[in-house]
Amino acid sequence: MDLLFFSKVVIGGLLSGVMYSLVALGYVLIFKASGVFNFAQGSMVLFAALTFVSLVERLGSGAPGDMIFWIALAITLVAMMAVALGTERFVLRPLVNQPLIVLFMATLGLNYLLEGTAQAVWGNDVHRLEIGISDRPVNVLQAFSFAKPMPAEAPKAAPGAEPAKPAPEAEKTEGDLDEIKVEAVDAGTEVAQGGLLVSQFDLFAAGMAGVLVLGLASFFNYTRTGRALRAVADDHEAALAVGIPLQFVWSVVWATSGLVALVAGLLWGSRLGVQFSLSLIVLKALPVLIVGGFTSITGAIVGGLIIGATEKLAEVYIGPLLGGAIENWFPYAVATVFLLFRPQGLFGEKIIERV
Amino acid sequence: MIYREAGQFKTSYAADQAVLPIRQDRIAMAAVLLFAYLVVPLIADEYWLRSILVPFLVYSLAALGLNILTGYAGLLSLGSAGFMAVGAFSAYNLAIRLGLPFYLYLPLAGLIAAGVGAVFGLPSLRIKGFYLIVTTLAAHFFIEWLFNKVPWFTNYTPSGVISAPPMIAFGYEFASPESRYLLTLAIVTLMTLAAKNLVRGALGRTWMAIRDMDVAAEIIGIRMLKAKMLAFAVSSFYLGVAGALWAFLYLGAVDAQAFDINRAFQILFMVIIGGLGSILGSFLGAGFIVLLPILINNTAPLFGGAIHANTLANLQDIIFGGLIIFFLIVEPLGLARLWQIGKEKLRLWPFPH
Amino acid sequence: MQRSRPVGDVLLHVDDISLSFGGVQALSGVSFDIRRHEIRAIIGPNGAGKSSMLNVINGFYHPQQGTITFMGQTRKQMRPHEAAAQGIARTFQNIALFRGMSTLDNIMTGRLLKMRRGLFLQALRLGPADREEIEHRAAVERIIDFLEIQSIRKVPVGRLPYGLQKRVELGRALAAEPTLLLLDEPMAGMNVEEKEDMCRFILDVNDEFGTTIVLIEHDMGVVMDLSDRVLVLDYGRKIADGAPDAVRQDRRVIDAYLGVSH
Repeated sequence: MDLLFFSKVVIGGLLSGVMYSLVALGYVLIFKASGVFNFAQGSMVLFAALTFVSLVERLGSGAPGDMIFWIALAITLVAMMAVALGTERFVLRPLVNQPLIVLFMATLGLNYLLEGTAQAVWGNDVHRLEIGISDRPVNVLQAFSFAKPMPAEAPKAAPGAEPAKPAPEAEKTEGDLDEIKVEAVDAGTEVAQGGLLVSQFDLFAAGMAGVLVLGLASFFNYTRTGRALRAVADDHEAALAVGIPLQFVWSVVWATSGLVALVAGLLWGSRLGVQFSLSLIVLKALPVLIVGGFTSITGAIVGGLIIGATEKLAEVYIGPLLGGAIENWFPYAVATVFLLFRPQGLFGEKIIERV
Repeated sequence: MIYREAGQFKTSYAADQAVLPIRQDRIAMAAVLLFAYLVVPLIADEYWLRSILVPFLVYSLAALGLNILTGYAGLLSLGSAGFMAVGAFSAYNLAIRLGLPFYLYLPLAGLIAAGVGAVFGLPSLRIKGFYLIVTTLAAHFFIEWLFNKVPWFTNYTPSGVISAPPMIAFGYEFASPESRYLLTLAIVTLMTLAAKNLVRGALGRTWMAIRDMDVAAEIIGIRMLKAKMLAFAVSSFYLGVAGALWAFLYLGAVDAQAFDINRAFQILFMVIIGGLGSILGSFLGAGFIVLLPILINNTAPLFGGAIHANTLANLQDIIFGGLIIFFLIVEPLGLARLWQIGKEKLRLWPFPH
Repeated sequence: MQRSRPVGDVLLHVDDISLSFGGVQALSGVSFDIRRHEIRAIIGPNGAGKSSMLNVINGFYHPQQGTITFMGQTRKQMRPHEAAAQGIARTFQNIALFRGMSTLDNIMTGRLLKMRRGLFLQALRLGPADREEIEHRAAVERIIDFLEIQSIRKVPVGRLPYGLQKRVELGRALAAEPTLLLLDEPMAGMNVEEKEDMCRFILDVNDEFGTTIVLIEHDMGVVMDLSDRVLVLDYGRKIADGAPDAVRQDRRVIDAYLGVSH
């Protein structure tokens, strides 16, 4: 078996897994605080991406400018927070004592509501989303000087810079990308060139996710509000009894998940183009949560990585045997296996039933 | 005044346990059935028969199937579209390859769907509550993939769209809208009666016990394996037959979109809005969802002009989503419960209490 | 206490049962027996392991050590439906009724093990299935009469007051016509009249049907009046076992309740 090819598949899978993790993060936040699986996270992601893109289009009329990017970002952030807080106030609060299934169904309804609204307001078309990170491949091995220097025929494929730095968009031309790809194919595999090509965009996404995770983890573990959050997640009534302001905590949680949705929306939107199927990402997040555990941030990351990697591996190695496209159901099969043998996921909390 | 039970004494358990114990209900049901069987075919035009009534009936059957699983047995499922697909493709293959008449291939297709449902229901023994969604989603995507990838199911049709063979029985072909409507009505009536008998009998109580508190259910001796497998099997039987009817009597063809994940959501919505754990609710929910787009379309002129297809879809989504949230907050038991409350008020009418 | 049936031979024997979960040692080396037709009380301070003991008998918890011998058959652990099939029924401390169903339907679920007619017949509600429903309905109505809950037959149990719910739960357990009835704090939260009613029911059940009864109870008056023998648990260990009077005066029992450290 070709080890480097295998590594390429795995790394590709891991990086796409990071994208899943980003979405799963939003769920974990909500689930941690209120025990609800927020099905609407998907449409929140869509809503964020759509709002941003439409704002950029309307404000900028085509001319790329950094100011427009940041203004649109700011407005979208505010809108997302409003949506998140509104959800908490008008959907979740009235349903506070209902069984989980009822809450889940409410977020299901919310999903349709948000999706419909987003598209009614901004239109049903597919939009391209540029956030300034190119999809240019980066030669990871060469960047870390593990392999011998690349031959002269493919100089454009070796930026030699740290992988996660966002390169200025403007000078990249279509020609560059094509040439690189052609060379890689011509040479057999990238291996022959002495390097491992990884998308710069994916690396950026991984970096963003890493930043988010570190930030959230620190927030949860080291701040007062974070502690309050964990208390609420454990036992609402006890938290109330101790004087923790439940509503405030929940608002914080939902607002944060709005932020996460925004980041996920921008990244996914650039990757896939902004269209309604974005909200189907939510369905992919379920296996991630089951593998990682619904209540763990680490779990969301690890779960995402595992699902991303196994999905790609299965597609590449098992797929051809079965006719391909098995990545649609493979993650669910993995999740089912987990549910049968380790229902709390890798990092979740074990539930003991008492009578 | 009219809806009073005064004077109706039950002198035997049999009378008390009848499907419709109150005399006024029996009269009402008889009237509805007479109307449906005799009057409707005479007065309804083709559009109504083809595009509203038949889909309404088929959707009701599907909603009934899901209600049995989710509403009565408490097993949440998003696999309904997949099981409908199994029913449709099974029926198709049975009809094309074995040349069976519809009164054979319909129940057989249902049985095949029941078997598939039972298999995918096995994880429900270990997995509870909301997590069951994941396994049912796995079922859905797997089934979708299977029918897409394996050309045998579509009889090697290049486009992947299969068209239904004519429905013939005893030398009579069910081709006209009226005959199709009556056939669908007959099938749905029969299956609804069966469902009603099941849920008010021992099996129904078993399912509701599992739904309400599975720990206690186990302790009073209920066999989880058998009960849950049966729930999946019976539910999938109904969904399978509904899928076959959808393909054969309604659309006349099956394409990829017919049984996608959105269909599963749609049926779940019918069950939630109509009322979980209620036979009547399945019909109310189905009716609501079938009629809503028509209602929107027809009231559009009031708001200025026809509605663009996209906007209609978006509006529908917004209204459905909003209604679901509304119902769950205000009346989690759905339209069926509202109906029940209405009947109770009717008993007292014209007195306030 | 006058009984129409004398206490018989050993019906259930529990031998050296130890149970722990999640770091908690619920039971340690507990052994005792239960004789036919007797009324046995299990008492002890909170957290003594009384409910856990019932759960072990039921098969809901599986002990790490020890055996259970019921009706002559010894095994390491019970399974819930086995226990039910062999005639063990119980009520729960926190009422485990099926909230979505009416009183009648809840008690009917107690008859489920006895209902044999298959799927197809039920769907058509033909002959045998119909007759079976009616036959069991009659049995359930007898229990409803016995417990004096006729007026709440069709009420969904979620709407009933606590005391009535407990009675319905007893009804469901009785519907199974059990050989051994396990009652977990059947009188918790009741006032004096309700307690008297419940005592009467328990005695009547034991008298009329000869059902062996094990009950967990905190009200000492009730325990002394009703039971033939009393088992005392503390911190998962058996500290006394005998006639009510003897147990009441046992130094160790008094210490346990007063919280003297030992």
